[in-house]
Amino acid sequence: MAGKSYTLPIGPVHPALKEPTMFKLTVEGEIVTAVDVQPGINHRGIEFIGMRRNPLQVLHLAERICGICSIVHQYSFALASEKAAGITEIPERAQYIRTIMAELERVHSHLLWAGVAAHELGFDTLLHWTWQLREWVQDVLEIISGNRVNYAMYIQGGVRRDISPEVIQKLKVMIADYRAGIDQLCKAFTDDRVFRHRTMGVGVLTYKDAVETCAVGPTTRGSGVHKDVRIDQPFGGYADLDLDYCLPEKMGYENNGDTYAKTLVRLQEVVQSLDIIEFCLDNMPPGPIRWESNMTKLLQHMKKAEGEALGLNEAPRGEMIHYVKLNAGDENVSIWKVRASTYNNILAWTKMLPGCQIADVSIIAAAVDPCIGCMDRVTVVDQDTGKEKLFSNEDFYRASIRKTRAYQRKVSP
Amino acid sequence: MEPIDGDGILNLFKTRMGGAILSSHVDTYVNGVRKKKLQTVWVRVPRESLREAVSLVLEMQAPAHIAVASGSDLGNDIEVLYHFQVFWGFKRESTVSVTIGTTCPKSDPHLPTISDLVPGALITEREKQEFLGIIIDGIPDPRRLFLVDNIPEGKHPWRKDEKGVQDMVRNVHEGGD
Repeated sequence: MAGKSYTLPIGPVHPALKEPTMFKLTVEGEIVTAVDVQPGINHRGIEFIGMRRNPLQVLHLAERICGICSIVHQYSFALASEKAAGITEIPERAQYIRTIMAELERVHSHLLWAGVAAHELGFDTLLHWTWQLREWVQDVLEIISGNRVNYAMYIQGGVRRDISPEVIQKLKVMIADYRAGIDQLCKAFTDDRVFRHRTMGVGVLTYKDAVETCAVGPTTRGSGVHKDVRIDQPFGGYADLDLDYCLPEKMGYENNGDTYAKTLVRLQEVVQSLDIIEFCLDNMPPGPIRWESNMTKLLQHMKKAEGEALGLNEAPRGEMIHYVKLNAGDENVSIWKVRASTYNNILAWTKMLPGCQIADVSIIAAAVDPCIGCMDRVTVVDQDTGKEKLFSNEDFYRASIRKTRAYQRKVSP
Repeated sequence: MEPIDGDGILNLFKTRMGGAILSSHVDTYVNGVRKKKLQTVWVRVPRESLREAVSLVLEMQAPAHIAVASGSDLGNDIEVLYHFQVFWGFKRESTVSVTIGTTCPKSDPHLPTISDLVPGALITEREKQEFLGIIIDGIPDPRRLFLVDNIPEGKHPWRKDEKGVQDMVRNVHEGGD
């Protein structure tokens, strides 16, 4: 017998995405049976704005697409626009500095995610501990660039600032400290029985669904899919590295695509990022950091350039792609298309959410790595009576906490 | 199919589709101290041959990975570029970006859907419909995706003609409220 079904809209404000997202869940009792994702409630039209500005201005606009993975947008735009303008000789030192910055950002983004995941399940001590760890990498980013977010490091043909020997020393101290910290963090996540209960078998994305929906990043690697731009199409400093895909099987778990698998992928990637940064610091080539240090000359070159190119990059959340087209005589970026990682993971949500309980919605949605903690409020519409009940983020969070507490009672001796 | 490099992919397109290809080229870039090669393939076909070109991508690797489709207003025509990644997951550095471009005239802005061949293309096809004012024939879910309800029907942000949103823009430097 089909039970009475409700529509449960979640959203719409959701700052972790380029476009805030709205989930419309169809629920039967506690179980989600279908989901429709409706993004774009607060679409800012950044591409439209960008097509009215010159490439040097768009660099800084691109960085403001996201507050967490700001640098990857700048990276992708710099890659795409410099290729479109025919600037292909990027100094090697600049390529390495670009790689270091991107990996530092991955460390802080993944730690942020780990904290959010812990919070969604009611482990607030773990949240504060994770974010305390994250402070150090933000300090290092500030030492290098002057900012904790929006670092303004990249420019067409290179980077804007060098990394001095003193800063390299500080980075090395940070890496050594982090290795110990991450070890403890991994234990905290993997040893906890309640965390395992709440994440194992929850929000499963099968291998088949992952490849068919073209999902990207840790979301897809948790299902055992070998997709990582840094390995598949190495760019910049990554070309000199011999990286391997971070899959759950490396930590003795199956590649089954559940939330636990995705957590293991991210924890491994933090360690991998530290290895990459260390490699780049030890092997940093000497030389200039820019193709052209005179900004006016660079802008003149971009104005005259004609061409199109793709800027591909592995953001913390997965493959990121920018398409840029420059027309000679047009000072502005003629065409600019931004595709953030979560865009390709929208369809993955529609495969992961059905079958789960309402209390698991927040952790499953968060497993893709937009922070659902930013979720605004929810309206429950009773389809028979048309009555609306307002659900706040707080209610959702409480449902999740109740489930964790129930498990804790069950597993405690 | 075993991975081949960008030049091989272009040759495959040329032998299989021959006269249908309007223009094509391969861009090669080098990266890192080791100067490793990174290639992107660009193929432009008429819209009648779009599905054939996508099928050829699927022959190389299925399921295909579509990164996104981008589009532009060329004046009389609208161009849509489908960015695929082929040969993912084989071995290191085997993936090549393959872009298939096609155009449709503004007087008849129809393109065939490819989301039956590549399910992951649905989101990006919905976006192209609303942002460029084209109609994807056979799209399983034609609803708006990103555009909010207060943008009137018939307005498309990436169009550079009267269907664009330039007249809706409020410039702060021009004053007004």
